Amino acid sequence: MRTPLYEQHVDLGAKVVDFAGWEMPVQYEGIREEHSAVRRHAGMFDVSHMGEVEVEGPGALAFLQRVLSNDVAKVHVGVAQYSCLCNEEGGVIDDLFAYRLGGDRYLVVTNAANHETDLEWLGRHSRAFDAIVRDVADRYAMLAVQGPHARTVLEATLGIELPPRFHVSHPQIGRRPALACGTGYTGEDGVELLLDPEVAVPIWCELLEAGIVPCGLGARDTLRLEVCYPLHGNELNAERNPIEAGLGWCCKEATGFIGSEAIARARVEGTAEKLVAFEIEGQGIPREGNPVMQGDEQVGAVTSGTYAPSLELGAGMAYVRSELAEVGTEVEIDVRGKRRPARIASKPLYAKRS
Amino acid sequence: MSDATYPDDLRYHEEHDWARIEGDQATLGITWYAQDSLGEVVFFDPPEVGTAIQKDSSYAEVESVKAVSDVIAPLSGEIVEVNDALQDSPEQVNEDPYGEGWLVKVRLSSPEEAETLLGVEEYRKLLDN
Repeated sequence: MRTPLYEQHVDLGAKVVDFAGWEMPVQYEGIREEHSAVRRHAGMFDVSHMGEVEVEGPGALAFLQRVLSNDVAKVHVGVAQYSCLCNEEGGVIDDLFAYRLGGDRYLVVTNAANHETDLEWLGRHSRAFDAIVRDVADRYAMLAVQGPHARTVLEATLGIELPPRFHVSHPQIGRRPALACGTGYTGEDGVELLLDPEVAVPIWCELLEAGIVPCGLGARDTLRLEVCYPLHGNELNAERNPIEAGLGWCCKEATGFIGSEAIARARVEGTAEKLVAFEIEGQGIPREGNPVMQGDEQVGAVTSGTYAPSLELGAGMAYVRSELAEVGTEVEIDVRGKRRPARIASKPLYAKRS
Repeated sequence: MSDATYPDDLRYHEEHDWARIEGDQATLGITWYAQDSLGEVVFFDPPEVGTAIQKDSSYAEVESVKAVSDVIAPLSGEIVEVNDALQDSPEQVNEDPYGEGWLVKVRLSSPEEAETLLGVEEYRKLLDN
């Protein structure tokens, strides 16, 4: 599948890779340049591969409260909230943002690889509620514009006012109705724009001209990893619960959502493993799947690893035995047979200098 | 990054490595195509001096932000020098793949292997396919 911006990526000389069935740009000029453009100025990512699901009806709130881990009742109109979508065992089917667009109308943004699974799950569980679940992925192109200057450049270029962090507004962009969401996946300020696919190309070109740097999935991954945002499929999956992933803060078991009992149990009893961030001390770049070692014993495994451009070292996230999850714990990462000393570090690995 | 270049005086291996042969020694590196496919090199993990390397086998790794790539030996021999400057500036592999971005120097154990390597025209043809 291709997003409405595919030709733009090719014209800009992007390296295109398959991602969950989508032909997506992994980089244009280079991951490091794109990464630092977002940290220092403003970058934009075509994330049109992400899915959108609309939930509408008098029972929309009750339904979402049942399927999402966070307290959806706290979401007023115009507000965004992060949640996990969990199975009965508390495993994470997907992690997502829900935006309240109107009184009984919500939009849920899914990960591309999970869109069909989420749709099926939401559809199935909505039957007991007076709510309609609609796949609206085709209605939107999605552009994440991120970085310390993202808002000012966007507001000046598009002539619109953007919503504050974790809020959503309904501006006209390219003379078409759009959604502007104060969310992102980079640890920088910025917004995600949900655009009419018909205007995606002219808006992209306008922002390009305004000096916003096109960025690929490569930089998206290094940026999110430095601020320790989990990626479903790496840090999260249907066999891991939010407690061990460090996402207990977005689980409000009192709401009685699907999986809440298992999650409440995990919260009280603790989990065998915990998701940690770590930094390599010295040389070496950790990669997904590398064993985490202490002496001769494997005590965990790397879920995401990379060269971290802002930190200028190898870093990543890993599940390790809970007793070793404390910040400062010394471990070794087995990088293709070479032991690389590493230290459990506090999250986020990269903190914005204020 | 520089434009695609493939010097005439080098011998090429189909795994996108080059060798500059001088007597019984050769300098080895990766080609413009290899560094371009890999992206910005952030780490070169060299073999130790004295290590024996085998033609067509991996003797080192280069890593970009996102990926690891084995470096294949175009010729057999013993490592006599590694490019230590790449520890501090691995980006030389991208910026100057045939000059400052060289990887290792080897004393050749079977100099006749050079005849199996590709000339620049043959290598370009391989890339075109």
